[in-house]
Amino acid sequence: MAKPTEYLRVTGLHAFYGESHILHGMDFVVNRGECVSLLGRNGAGRTTTLRAILGLTGKRSGSVMMNGREIIGMPPHRIARLGIGYCPEERGIYASLSCEENLLLPPQVGSAGMSLDEIYAMFPNLAERRHSQGTRLSGGEQQMLAMARILRTGAKLLLLDEISEGLAPVIVQKLGQIIRQLKEKGFTILLVEQNFRFAAPLADRMYVVEHGQIAAEIHQHEIEEKREFLQEFLGV
Amino acid sequence: MEIFGVPLPALMGQLMLGLVSGSFYAMLSLGLAVIFGMLNIINFAHGALYMAGAFLAWMGLTYWGISYWWSLLLVPLAVGLIGVVIERTMLQWLYKLDHLYGLLLTFGLALVIEGLFRYQYGVSGLPYAIPDELSGALNLGFMFLPKYRAWIIGVSLTVCLATWFIIEKTQLGAYLRAATENPQLTQAFGINVPLMVMLTYGFGVGLAGFAGVLAAPAFQVSPLMGSNLIIVVFAVVVIGGMGSILGSILTGLGLGVIEGLTKVFYAEASSTVVFIIMAIVLLLRPAGLFGKEK
Repeated sequence: MAKPTEYLRVTGLHAFYGESHILHGMDFVVNRGECVSLLGRNGAGRTTTLRAILGLTGKRSGSVMMNGREIIGMPPHRIARLGIGYCPEERGIYASLSCEENLLLPPQVGSAGMSLDEIYAMFPNLAERRHSQGTRLSGGEQQMLAMARILRTGAKLLLLDEISEGLAPVIVQKLGQIIRQLKEKGFTILLVEQNFRFAAPLADRMYVVEHGQIAAEIHQHEIEEKREFLQEFLGV
Repeated sequence: MEIFGVPLPALMGQLMLGLVSGSFYAMLSLGLAVIFGMLNIINFAHGALYMAGAFLAWMGLTYWGISYWWSLLLVPLAVGLIGVVIERTMLQWLYKLDHLYGLLLTFGLALVIEGLFRYQYGVSGLPYAIPDELSGALNLGFMFLPKYRAWIIGVSLTVCLATWFIIEKTQLGAYLRAATENPQLTQAFGINVPLMVMLTYGFGVGLAGFAGVLAAPAFQVSPLMGSNLIIVVFAVVVIGGMGSILGSILTGLGLGVIEGLTKVFYAEASSTVVFIIMAIVLLLRPAGLFGKEK
């Protein structure tokens, strides 16, 4: 196997919301084409990590290198333009936009994004509901839409926050298939999850987040032997 | 011919006048609605910038010989530019604060702008001639329709509908709606939201400047023309529902007509009828006729 190339490197990342200090020096790396999962309990700082990478938190310090460029000082729209697609925990479907408008909203941030046809082939439900108001879609459809709209843009790094949360098992399964397809297509994925069983088969590596820091790193081949530790840790 | 004891030409005349004021209400409340949606700022300087638009047209004609038609193009740009400067230097620091701060700041700005013109030009009002192409009236058979009034109604409707179309039906409008609804996420998709906010304010007040140019030949150009109008316009925005585009347009026109008709049937109430409607609407539908309950 070729030596992995670093795509995202987070070093000593601190982030605040107002006065509250959420991240206390996060350190981790995501290599090109890898699927990396951030596991942890609620409030451990996983969502904040994604938001801090995008510049959506309050004060930040430390370093975030994206494809060799320091992005910690950039405003969010410039960071996104470097090729990051973000799927927020609350899904962020716009009520004032139709399904298709939601899908077409994010501007191109890289070359070779998926075409609308490819996306509708991957998510046939969205084609049927293209004229519905975005928030009239079911929870599962909204999650598909939130995923689909960042695949069109040509983003190479996907930040996915709790995409399996609150969805029926059959939809979670479908999402798992989609993540596998995306890995095959060469996307780099940073997956924030609480659902260990969803993340375990997908992730090449996992980081356990606790109190705004990385508490452990687990490779795919270690997952079985550390399963008990993880389940206890995550409280599942 | 009479309707309810009122001669038809008189009725139609007041209806026209009502549509004319309605056109101004619509253009101004549209700008306010767009600005409020995007910036969360209740722009009290709107009336003053409308007045500034009328004055810029007057100054252009008087000092530099800039015709009405050129003013119609240049003044909105100039007022929009003033808006951009206001947004960059002052408003941008207020977005995270309570509405009250934006309201107070823009109210103060309105007083400053009005004071400047009042100091320079007094309050008696200056005349601005209707351009030759639009002077005179059309005989419609049942009434005489002054061309300039028809022009005001036609142009403002076109501008309002074009604005509505851009916001509701185009990709740029989708960006605007998205940025209004969830600015952070929209910026995280790579859209330069701070730039859009700045241009939105410029566009909103540019619309007020445009209305000012349209108003210059119809009314006297006076430093007080903005504050006389803006109170009614705020009532229109409240009735229509804050932040609703089509709502502001329809409510603006509708209330202008209601006001005009009140002048015919019960003139004493004509200046209060809008506020009576506002009170009723607030009691029955606090979010406004077209607003969404939060």
